[in-house]
Amino acid sequence: MVNITKKKTLLAMGVSAGLTLALAACSSGGDPLSSDAPAEESSGGSIIVGSADFAESQLLAKIYELALDDIGIDASEKPNIGSREVYITAITDGSIDLIPEYNGYLLEKLDPEAEFTDRDQIQESLFENLPENVTVLDYASAENTNVLVVTKEFSDEHGGLETISDLAEIDDGTFKLAGPPEWRSRPNTGIPAIRDIYGMDFENRFEILDGGGPLSLAAVVNGQVEISMLFSSDPAISENNLVALTDDKVLFPPANILPMIRTDKVDDAIEAQLNKVSEKLVIEDLMEMNGRVNAGDDLTEIAKDWLTETGII
Amino acid sequence: MDIIAWLTDPANWTGQYSIPKQTLMHLVYSFVSLGIALVIAVPLGLYIGHTGRGENLIIGSANAMRALPTIGLLILLVLIMAPRIGSSLAFVIPAIVVLILLAVPPILSGVVSGVQSIDRSVIDAAYGLGLSRRQIVFKVEAPGSLPLALSGVRGAMLQIVSTATVAAYVSLGGLGRYIIDGRAVDDYSMMAGGSVLLIALAIMLELMFVVITRVVVSPGLTRRSQKIKPT
Repeated sequence: MVNITKKKTLLAMGVSAGLTLALAACSSGGDPLSSDAPAEESSGGSIIVGSADFAESQLLAKIYELALDDIGIDASEKPNIGSREVYITAITDGSIDLIPEYNGYLLEKLDPEAEFTDRDQIQESLFENLPENVTVLDYASAENTNVLVVTKEFSDEHGGLETISDLAEIDDGTFKLAGPPEWRSRPNTGIPAIRDIYGMDFENRFEILDGGGPLSLAAVVNGQVEISMLFSSDPAISENNLVALTDDKVLFPPANILPMIRTDKVDDAIEAQLNKVSEKLVIEDLMEMNGRVNAGDDLTEIAKDWLTETGII
Repeated sequence: MDIIAWLTDPANWTGQYSIPKQTLMHLVYSFVSLGIALVIAVPLGLYIGHTGRGENLIIGSANAMRALPTIGLLILLVLIMAPRIGSSLAFVIPAIVVLILLAVPPILSGVVSGVQSIDRSVIDAAYGLGLSRRQIVFKVEAPGSLPLALSGVRGAMLQIVSTATVAAYVSLGGLGRYIIDGRAVDDYSMMAGGSVLLIALAIMLELMFVVITRVVVSPGLTRRSQKIKPT
């Protein structure tokens, strides 16, 4: 009896000590939901490829990894690191050496005031704003930015919509828009930006959904909303016969894919190989590969197939 | 992080996403779901309690229902219903359905154990007095089950109110709006403010139930001291 009580007391003490530690860990840092970035140094001659917390980034990282393997670099992977905040820290402190990035979103993170009209100028601004020991290489024509989509029927009914400006012309104030939660308040995107740039006010006809996810897709395909936000490299756009409206006044930043790499890791061979990947990476291929990812194919297989087809390896 | 500043900012008290409007929406979803859950679970509970039939089956499956992951089920239902219902009802109905599924098990087991907890001799006495089955169910078993049944309803209400936040995930209103939207723009004051409102709402409803229980449960069933009227 005494023994049991003792054990219970010990257990309670253990639990409460654990809780205290966990709480103490929570209280450090301004963002209570962020996780700590890993902080081990990587050795020279090898490259650690990181990726963000979504499938396309992991696929692209796999492509980089296999492409580098092929020219004799010892490339390894550290997938699913987290959001941009977390992996920028990771590449700056050397926990990773290389990660696939999107030019416009990266620049927006580094310099919220930046202009996004011209892709080459974005590249220049990136060089100016990147941390000292990090650089970017050539960007691919494939991009993954936000895009507003409507159904083919809706487009045809209104005289063949092609651009967001076309939509603004026929907008009668009744069409509903589905987008992610941050669109209702963030000034440089979403509802406020669409109002400023295209003159359409969706404030009272905005359905807050999962920005680019299955619910946003289901809502536009089935008519709960007329317009929905998806990602431009999403294979669901072509599979469901949706029309991606061209962002003719540059509401969303361009998001061409490019490698972000530590300067002490780049040599001519690595640069040439990664630029070859960017040169061959077009949106159709990316959509097709994303389609295979969604179907559950193995990332390594998909990456290897594409690299072989394009003759990179 | 300043919760007080968020709660008292006049901008949060007007317009489409105002605190009163979202609280009202939260209550609407909660009470509609609770109402439907009561209509399903109370008659079923009285039937099972009275006859003892299907007890293992119903209670067992009701308990299994508690284990359903609410948000997963919600998204699944939206994806199933969206092609069939061309309006935003395709979001409203799934949200109500998942909340009903959450509320039925505690109400059902509350009513059943409420009926079963009645002293057998009371029911036998009722039969002896010549009451019909119908009268026994409605005049003896139903009121007699109230203390436990109400605690089941109370548990269901609290679960609904705290879980109704998921409605915001599928574009609907409610206090979950602040938690989801706050996270999307890293506004932790908004997230915490929404949570505080939710907790306050849950406590208020809990107090309401204490009052309801005092009013509707027969004094003969409680241990509260009674003023005995002189005869």
